[in-house]
Amino acid sequence: MSKPRFGLGLNGMIGIVLIGTLLIVAIVAAFWTPYDPLSLSLRMRLKPPSAAHWFGTDEFGRDVLSRAMAGASASFLISFLTVAFAITVGTTLGVVTGYLRGWTDRVLMMGNDALLAFPGILLALSLMVVMGANRHGVILALGIAYTPSVVRVVRGTVLSLREKEFVEASKMIGNSDIYSMFRHILPNALAPVAVLATSMFGWTLLAESSLSFLGLGVPPPAPTWGNMLAAARPHLESSVWLGLVPGICIALTMLGINLLGDALRDRFDPRMTTA
Amino acid sequence: MLGYLVRRLATAIPTLLLVSIAVFALIRLIPGDPVQLMLGDSADPQSVAALRQQLGLDQSMPVQFGLWLGKIAMGDFGQSITTGQAVLPLMIARFQVSAIIVLMAVALAALISVPGGLIAAWRQNKATDIAIVAASTLLLSLPSFWLGLLLLLFFGLKLGWLPVIGYVPFSESPGAALVYLVLPIATLTLIEIGVITRMSRASAIEVLRLEYVTHARAKGVPEAGVLARHVLPNAFAPTWTLIGLILGNLLGGIAVIETVFTLPGFGRLMVDAIFARDYPIVQGCLLFTAVIYVLVNLVVDLCYPLFDPRVTAE
Amino acid sequence: MSTLLKVENLALVLGATQKPVVDDVSFHLDQGEFLALVGESGSGKTLAARAVLRLLPPAIVQAGGTIRLDGEDMSGMSPQRLRQVRGGVVGMVFQEPMVSLNPAHSIGTQIAEGLKLHRDIGAAEIRRQSIAMLERVKIRDAARCLGAYPHEFSGGMRQRIMLASVMALRPKLLIADEPTTALDTLTQREVLDLMVELARDHGTATLLITHNLGLVARYAQRALVLRRGRMIEQGTAHDILHNPRDAYTRQLVDALPRRGATETTARAAEPLITVRDLQITYPGRRRWLGRLPGHRAVDGVSLDIHQGETVAVVGGSGSGKTTLGRAILRLVPATGGTISYRGADILSANRADMHRFRLACQLVFQDPYSSLDPRMRIGEIVAEPLRHLPDMDPATKALRVAETLDEVGLGGFDRRLPHELSGGQRQRVAIARAIVRRPSFVVADEPVSALDMTIQQQILTLFQDLQRHHHFACLFISHDLGAVEQIADRVIVMENGKIVEQGSRDAVFDRPEHPYTRALLAATPTLDATKEAFA
Repeated sequence: MSKPRFGLGLNGMIGIVLIGTLLIVAIVAAFWTPYDPLSLSLRMRLKPPSAAHWFGTDEFGRDVLSRAMAGASASFLISFLTVAFAITVGTTLGVVTGYLRGWTDRVLMMGNDALLAFPGILLALSLMVVMGANRHGVILALGIAYTPSVVRVVRGTVLSLREKEFVEASKMIGNSDIYSMFRHILPNALAPVAVLATSMFGWTLLAESSLSFLGLGVPPPAPTWGNMLAAARPHLESSVWLGLVPGICIALTMLGINLLGDALRDRFDPRMTTA
Repeated sequence: MLGYLVRRLATAIPTLLLVSIAVFALIRLIPGDPVQLMLGDSADPQSVAALRQQLGLDQSMPVQFGLWLGKIAMGDFGQSITTGQAVLPLMIARFQVSAIIVLMAVALAALISVPGGLIAAWRQNKATDIAIVAASTLLLSLPSFWLGLLLLLFFGLKLGWLPVIGYVPFSESPGAALVYLVLPIATLTLIEIGVITRMSRASAIEVLRLEYVTHARAKGVPEAGVLARHVLPNAFAPTWTLIGLILGNLLGGIAVIETVFTLPGFGRLMVDAIFARDYPIVQGCLLFTAVIYVLVNLVVDLCYPLFDPRVTAE
Repeated sequence: MSTLLKVENLALVLGATQKPVVDDVSFHLDQGEFLALVGESGSGKTLAARAVLRLLPPAIVQAGGTIRLDGEDMSGMSPQRLRQVRGGVVGMVFQEPMVSLNPAHSIGTQIAEGLKLHRDIGAAEIRRQSIAMLERVKIRDAARCLGAYPHEFSGGMRQRIMLASVMALRPKLLIADEPTTALDTLTQREVLDLMVELARDHGTATLLITHNLGLVARYAQRALVLRRGRMIEQGTAHDILHNPRDAYTRQLVDALPRRGATETTARAAEPLITVRDLQITYPGRRRWLGRLPGHRAVDGVSLDIHQGETVAVVGGSGSGKTTLGRAILRLVPATGGTISYRGADILSANRADMHRFRLACQLVFQDPYSSLDPRMRIGEIVAEPLRHLPDMDPATKALRVAETLDEVGLGGFDRRLPHELSGGQRQRVAIARAIVRRPSFVVADEPVSALDMTIQQQILTLFQDLQRHHHFACLFISHDLGAVEQIADRVIVMENGKIVEQGSRDAVFDRPEHPYTRALLAATPTLDATKEAFA
């Protein structure tokens, strides 16, 4: 099967459509939702899906559709900021340490490996302990938790790029190390970073949902898909929609990200750029 | 081989040291008096004074660290603020619960996924492959806690086949214990099948294009033999690394499963401790996790020479 | 002599697009004969050979023609019969010794695998035959080799082990797909001579796939020339090489490097580059308590290079020639000795002097695929060195870039990206980049080894033209004596980090003194080699 050179293939397109739609919903929800996600109505408690409330209402009478949209907004924003943080810090560190090597590299990598000794969620959990459970805490905690992975991947890419002859050629021409780093290594390292960023968006979304599910993420009443699922547990059998909607949202987002990530990985396959 | 073992152990030690420094520092970062944090608000003045002296709070940080590390080495992780139990035995007991679930789930998933990925790679782009890839992508997109809830809903509540809440320790009755563990293990297995199959397939595809595979065919080796003897041993390494990473990550990720199925496991221990501000347990869990993680990676690394003889030559 | 293999009107197409990759190719091979399939990359020679064993990659499909092995039609064979034929009747040796043996299994296991499949013999007999075969291919300590793993052996040894494994089954036909391309000159000769010997022992016919006409001259009885999937010419090796009828064949034959007239350029009295007693020792691997002893890559080397001359440095792998080249450019630190440029010592130069040195010297790399930044346009790549000439204004720079691209035959290519260019074109870009600043000294590190024969010839000619025009001094590093013969004024032969012989090109080639030089020359296949193997 020939790999598409410019398009992203069927899977990639499905991924883009899914993520795109959800992204639009998330952005829209920042400005408008059918109902106020926070407004209670004890009269309308636990109503199944209907024309007025497409996804029904929850145990406080709040419209589930609006809450799901607001949840999309919250989750996407948090994940996006987290990824931005991890990628920026991680790429800078990775490029610097990968290119310079020597003592800087060794010390930095020891610290990095120590951080990597903690599974992401646990590290985030422990940082939450220090920072407290709120939106900023989650972003910072997850950001710090995922930065070491970025450093490792970027460093690996830089190490292999260093051996390429065009980097040596740059030195031969008389270019300084810093110039070579930014002009030659960084642009060629961006492709793997883009793929990593996509996957990372997925991990952070899942992590944030898990934290919220455990009650250690964004605190209610602000909706995220995770805490909506947690709240749905007592009502699982009687009000099935409460358990299905947030889960389907997460699953669709993850599916879109995975398909997109795969398509990007295929597109940037190093084998394709050599004749 | 011995040299390899020694070298691997040697790199683990500085990591563990750094990790313990990090854990020590973390608790110190929490605003408030460390002793109050350790003993809780309702502690009596004698215990407070005693602990203050034990922790050496009037001394410099490195000394405090040394004292703390010394106690850890002796197995004294302190006591829980809420229950007064010794932390270490508590952690070990809870860990056993989580470990059973994680190990069984990963083992089952690997048994299905490794051959599954291999077959998908062998039949790349044909119907079998597409089906396997679609199924795995779907499975790994599901959040584990949601899948658990759904299985719980269906098999537990609607069909009533399996219990919804509760746990029986293995030591009491393996049969009953298993009944309570089926759903959590099944949930985890399904998710991990998605993850492991993809890796197995990807690395098998890489290997299938290498020359020694064509060479084996040119010798007249039947396809089954090519797959089993030539592709599998060489394709397995990245999957094995992944399994190590999964085992490590599940140390944290198991918390959500334990929450869904109300199991007294390690993840739940830590989460409850965070809610209750039971810092000795939080600290102990972090350290314990890091040590287990390092050990798991060590074991994973030590197994490499079994299928890649080039590793020890390094 | 009966016909062993008969291929008629073979047609292979590339899957989805049905693009023909082999078009109407026919040839035959008799028992015990040696036929060479010759062509450059893209000629379809490898695919045609693989089609015999039905080992085509998934995307390639046989669209027509028949292949008969000993009268049997290959396409009609059942899977079992095919498995019997593979290995038992037809053996195949591949190109890359580094990946043709499974790294996860011992040598013994891999040789035994074939024997177990095709012979009905017990374990002890398998072991005996394996050892006998390994000894036949001159592997020392064959018994220990059985338990060892592929990574413990060098490329040449792995090819010999492959031969042992394949020939142990006494096949009637041996297909060798560029078996020595990845090996250095001396090892090439050993392995091929061995292959021919083994074939003669068992009466095995050989189908050799190669792009090297020199090998055809030395070993083949008949040859078939392919180009872009089509047959160009077929006949005895002698006819093809000495009386080629088709224009393309003639082009291939002409592409073999030939000695040109000696250039009598006036030599400047003072050498441009002076190297005295250069020593480069790579530090040994670190161990817990100190280091292992290091490796002397260059050991006491002294040489001079004058303006306008081309000095070639030749030797096998591990001879230190590449390290020498890089050290002169100070890309690799020297641990002893001196290097002077225009009289000034550069090993202890300050930054300003180093910068001046860098401006005056350049390097052309071996691999055209990794020496160009894939994200930069050709124009940018060639212009980049000019950023260190602050006195040049942008208009002059643009002019210089355009001139240089024209000189290397790539006028108008400045907007293209590297992946759009062929290997030969990329190498031209690398050369353009090297000369854009009009350097006085250029080091060329195996600049043509990765290229097809006809392209090699073009690049070598380009080098000579550019040098005549710009008078730069050139240090030409190569293991390919043919290319050296064409382009060099003086030749230096290195072995194990030391210079074993140096002199003018004619002197070294016609009257070699050192045994290593003689061995290298003997190992280099040329057009005039008589076919000693089949005499």
